[in-house]
Amino acid sequence: MSSTTSTVPTVGESVSDPVPGGGRQRRRRRDGGRGEGGILVFLVALLVVALTLGPVLYAVLGGFRTNAQLAADPAGLPDPWVFDNYRSVLLGSTFWTYLVNSVAVAVITTVVTVVCGLMAAYPLARYQFRWREPLFMVFVVGLLFPATVAIIPLFILVTQDLDIGNTWWGVALPQAAFALPMTIVILRPFLMAIPHEVEEAAMIDGASRLQFFWRILLPLSAPGAVTVGVLAFVASWNAYLLPLLLLRGEMKTLPLGVADFSSQYSSDTAGVFAFTTLAMIPALIFFLAMQKRIVSGLQGAVKG
Amino acid sequence: MSSIPIARRGDAQTPAGRGSRPAGARRRDWRMALEIVAFTAPALLLFALFVVWPILRAVQFSLFRWNGFGPLVDFVGLQNYASVLANEVFTDAVVHNLIIVVASILIQLPLGLAIALLLNRRMRGQGLLRTIIFVPYVLSEVIAGVVWFQLLQPGSGALEAMLGLVGLEGPYQGFLGTPSLALPTLIVVLTWKYIGLAVLLFLAGLQGVPDELVEAAQIDGASWWRIQWSITIPLLGPTIRIWAFLSMIGSLQLFDMVWILTGGGPANATTTMATFLVNEGTKRQNYGIAAAASVVLFVIALAMALLYQRFVLARDVAAADVPRGVR
Repeated sequence: MSSTTSTVPTVGESVSDPVPGGGRQRRRRRDGGRGEGGILVFLVALLVVALTLGPVLYAVLGGFRTNAQLAADPAGLPDPWVFDNYRSVLLGSTFWTYLVNSVAVAVITTVVTVVCGLMAAYPLARYQFRWREPLFMVFVVGLLFPATVAIIPLFILVTQDLDIGNTWWGVALPQAAFALPMTIVILRPFLMAIPHEVEEAAMIDGASRLQFFWRILLPLSAPGAVTVGVLAFVASWNAYLLPLLLLRGEMKTLPLGVADFSSQYSSDTAGVFAFTTLAMIPALIFFLAMQKRIVSGLQGAVKG
Repeated sequence: MSSIPIARRGDAQTPAGRGSRPAGARRRDWRMALEIVAFTAPALLLFALFVVWPILRAVQFSLFRWNGFGPLVDFVGLQNYASVLANEVFTDAVVHNLIIVVASILIQLPLGLAIALLLNRRMRGQGLLRTIIFVPYVLSEVIAGVVWFQLLQPGSGALEAMLGLVGLEGPYQGFLGTPSLALPTLIVVLTWKYIGLAVLLFLAGLQGVPDELVEAAQIDGASWWRIQWSITIPLLGPTIRIWAFLSMIGSLQLFDMVWILTGGGPANATTTMATFLVNEGTKRQNYGIAAAASVVLFVIALAMALLYQRFVLARDVAAADVPRGVR
């Protein structure tokens, strides 16, 4: 501590990476304590990357091989590179049909979750009324109800009572309902944190509570809404059990399509790899684009 | 007009003397009640229809013998529960779920901590590493499962080819086809899939460990190991406890990965409560049995959640005041 010059505040130092002046000495000492592990850390990191990406890369490369290549040397590289597997998946219609279904179900789920969640979180966060906490507890308790428990009655409700069995909405609405508790639990503190001064200022300017909701609260809560929206989207995109029971034929989503393809064409390993790889790509692109939101959402969910 | 909103806020905060207030205030109360109903109605309707109602129906179904067609008439009391609990496939499934709960935590906690502590330093490519290790978590269990299914194929899978390179041989029926190896293999794949979440959450928790503490310990001559063991890991406690809770709840509901990798086999060696109830419900049309199994699953999950809340997470609530007081 003593070597720190007055120009470098302690707090700033822990945040900013390059440390000018006196801080350098201490930095070196800190790294020195860890420096011996330099090679070790590098090797461990390399091993972790290899184990993590290995199976994914194997699938990607497997899609560029023929079944004969895969059978002759399962662990080899493409030689020569073959594009037929990917081409036939991309030129066929099933992949695109499943993709459209996945997107539609995920978008409906997300929109319904975010709209209903924001609306419910607003009075639960900012109105004073007697049933506020009990009402909130209803959703908190809802966190403990896994969809798996309700899956059989849900199947009967959607297919027989509501008769929306093989449709986008039939999958999206239950998914949204099960995403609501987490959404409201994350959004409520978010809306509560908006200072009362902002609300008072709006009211003095003549805004009603509805106008306050539309014009001020919604824009201010956008980051929170995006976070819960991304979580709902990812959950829907990856969902398997509910679509498995409800969707068939032309209505299937990508996870169902991948599972089907791998059991129907189990002898066509290269084709399975190509189909699976292509099904991964939208999720990976979405993740890379939304990485910060997903990470902060998961961390927020843990803190909440 | 401009004075009314302020008065309205005052009303809302003192709901006490309601009877004595003028008609305008009462009308505003009505308006507010209407707004509350209108705002919460869509969420409550969805929740009631697709969450609460099906769960109540599950309890109802569990008391009947029913194949999904015709009216619910064949009331059998608790017979479905008796037959589920006497069914060795189901009790084995409960044991499998519990093994997965314990194994996930015992494997992923030290591994995740080790990786997080190693990554928690200023180094080039840290962000990239974090992204890479999170990739399996982002993929759906189905996609991850299909890839691993191919890797683990007996005879033609890449894993056996790699074992062959170092002179080893895979089991004759493959890792997923040998009853004694199927569950451990499933646990390995689950570790691959979910370790990224543990690392990510632990890394986030590590950001909250004050540098001053670590530096003070370094000045006092503490070794790296000592600092991690005595300062960093204890401060990560709340993060670890919440992560373990999420992991536990997820393990109890496990379905997708099992369904893809083994379908519950071989010889029911990997059946979980969820695969059991889906099998009974959709393949055998035993809706009463499936519902009884789902209620048992719910009771087990709820009991574990409450116990965990009571004995593990309660420490965080109790401890939350202490550091605030110290600061």
